[in-house]
Amino acid sequence: MAMFIRVDIDGSVVEKSPGLAAKLVEACPVKIFKPGSAPNSVEVVEANVDECTLCDLCMQASPKGVRVVKLYE
Amino acid sequence: MAVIVHEDFQFIVQGITGREALNFTRECLQYGSKIIGGVTPGKGGREVYGVPVYDTVREITAKQRVDGTVITVPLAFAPDAAYEAIDAGIKEVIIITEGIPRKDASAVVEYAELHGARVIGPNCLGIIVPDVCRFGSLGGPAVDCRKAFKPGVVGVMSRSGGMTTEICNALTLSGLGVSTAISIGGDPVIGSTYADLIPLFEADEDTKAVVVYSEPGGTAEAELARWTQEHKSRLPIVAFVAGRFMDEMPGMSFGHAGTVVNKKVDSPADKMRRMREAGISVAEEIGDIPDLVRERIGN
Amino acid sequence: MRFYEFEAKQLLEKHRMPLVESRLVQTAEQAAKAASDIDGPVILKAQAIAPGLAAASVREASDAEGARTAAAALLGVDDGGRKPKGILVEARPAGEAVYSLSFTYDGTSKRPVVAAADMAGKIDDLGDSHPDRIVRRHFSALYPFSDYIAKELARSLDLGGNDLKRMTRIVAGLARLFLKYDLADLDITSLVKLGDGKFVVLDVEADLEIEARNRQRPMLDELGFAKEDLRQVREPTAFELEGAKIDEEDIRGIISPIAEFDGNIGLVIGAGGGSLTLTDAVRKHGGRPANYAAIGGNPSVDKARRLTKLVLSKPGVEKIAVMSNVVSNTRADLVARGVIKGITELGFEPADKILIFRVPGAWEADAAKILEKYGIEYCDRTVSISEAARRAVEKVG
Repeated sequence: MAMFIRVDIDGSVVEKSPGLAAKLVEACPVKIFKPGSAPNSVEVVEANVDECTLCDLCMQASPKGVRVVKLYE
Repeated sequence: MAVIVHEDFQFIVQGITGREALNFTRECLQYGSKIIGGVTPGKGGREVYGVPVYDTVREITAKQRVDGTVITVPLAFAPDAAYEAIDAGIKEVIIITEGIPRKDASAVVEYAELHGARVIGPNCLGIIVPDVCRFGSLGGPAVDCRKAFKPGVVGVMSRSGGMTTEICNALTLSGLGVSTAISIGGDPVIGSTYADLIPLFEADEDTKAVVVYSEPGGTAEAELARWTQEHKSRLPIVAFVAGRFMDEMPGMSFGHAGTVVNKKVDSPADKMRRMREAGISVAEEIGDIPDLVRERIGN
Repeated sequence: MRFYEFEAKQLLEKHRMPLVESRLVQTAEQAAKAASDIDGPVILKAQAIAPGLAAASVREASDAEGARTAAAALLGVDDGGRKPKGILVEARPAGEAVYSLSFTYDGTSKRPVVAAADMAGKIDDLGDSHPDRIVRRHFSALYPFSDYIAKELARSLDLGGNDLKRMTRIVAGLARLFLKYDLADLDITSLVKLGDGKFVVLDVEADLEIEARNRQRPMLDELGFAKEDLRQVREPTAFELEGAKIDEEDIRGIISPIAEFDGNIGLVIGAGGGSLTLTDAVRKHGGRPANYAAIGGNPSVDKARRLTKLVLSKPGVEKIAVMSNVVSNTRADLVARGVIKGITELGFEPADKILIFRVPGAWEADAAKILEKYGIEYCDRTVSISEAARRAVEKVG
């Protein structure tokens, strides 16, 4: 559905970092992450992905666990 | 020299964790501005791009000198944020928030005057002195901002934030550059009008001319024309008036909240006439502004 | 937002301001009945809000029959595409003196101000013709209104004795009402002093601060002022209503005001000032805008998408021009994403539908890459607003 941005999450990294899932949910200004069903996990809210402002806050929170990809590059 | 801000100007951002504030906080930091703190109630103790976040303004002013604040909190909390900043002793208050009823804006401005503080806005983007300090959200990311604002000789005041950058971009492309640019806000009641600010440009030795962007609605242009006639200003002024099509549509509001033609003084035609009579050059197009400035400063 | 006069008078009545006897009626028959009840000369006022109707919407009658005829004509007044909201039938006061009052905000002093004159009319107009007849007093929106301010104003009108006291009470009452209800303008264009020395308000114009319409909802509900009624000078079109709805449903950034014109160039333009400048520029180059829009405050991708679909779906619009001043907080890349998404969702190729994309400034490098991917030329900041408008007009033919 998203045409311009893709967000990759490495679930194994998120799972091993306590509090990271919650931090991602809170840090994103356009609500791209929501808590996953498993503990310590997040899911991507597909409808919000194209709203990504490239603020990098998610990647700063977890340089290894999250990658934001511009599909137009 | 510069107007209002300077190289060591230190400011805070109220509402720093919001979507817009995050954007411009990062942009200001990249530009080299000194943002020493941010405020978002309930989020004290965090950090945004290395800037510490507090719950109250006084937690910052108790420890450090704070020269100014940029307020971008949601509408309902904006007057309160301004009172908090003024009571904490901050003297330069930029209010970016849009949609504040004029009664509240009027009350905030009166309160500021009583406490020796200055309000720029509401509904503005702030101030830039190119390569010295950016105080607010004018110009976008530092890399784009530097393209539009190069140091130079022209002071800019604009009722539209976006057109501030547009005009500065034209001045920069022409080689004239910008001394200080101020987005003064598009609301019917704003803290600082052209006539309030022009003495600051008058006193700024870097400024050789002033460009103003204006719109239908309000008395600011008439006031500027009167000021120009009453004071023997050394500064030539070039004005651009947008929204001429609105003369055909009385009572309809376009653009900003203050943009409506109800009274005669509101109309672009009337504004242009008054300014021309006061010796202000009126540009037909944005692209004509640099040449008119050159003509007036003999360059 | 303009109040109908009968609404403004309801507010005044609630605050015990002295008014002439009046009835709001809906038919010529009821007007005749109202006139015979009032039993004397009457003034009939079509309840309309479009500008420039002052002369056309008022008539006088000396009896019930005259009122019936006048009302029948007044019910046909065209109020910007709307019918009048009835007719106010009022007793015509036999006055011995008349005054006018005006409450507004003074952008120069940034304070509320009351002006008065010892003649009827709108203070704004009197300012040109009779500047020496006008007196003014500023007051405060920060502190409660104090009666002495009204007294000083009355005194500067040369009033004394009971006249001074009565005028003080009226001015103070109106000032408080002006502040309490977030009015932007309140004009009493005729305040009549009757033979017995009492004052009555005859003509009122009042405007609500549009930004205060939410917090003034209780008062508006009491007046029966519908939530979706924005009191435009003409009835909003379906296009405009849809635009306003899109704006309201997503608080991220703004795309309004949106207005419908009858041209063929769809405009996805910003921001406040840029839109004014761009609309002027399109017209100057002979183009006919299909609409006005004002993208600002960094709208979300979704908002730009919905605006694009709205404009491109308007009958008679083949293509859109996406233009703006050099943007600061609104982001060129987010606008590009939204516009392309909107066009794609309508089943078109973005390159076929975009006349020009001139949104330089914040995040322009990303915007340029997005446009390149979809085969759209990106105009950078060296293309002036006027030149961009010229190219758009030329391309639409």
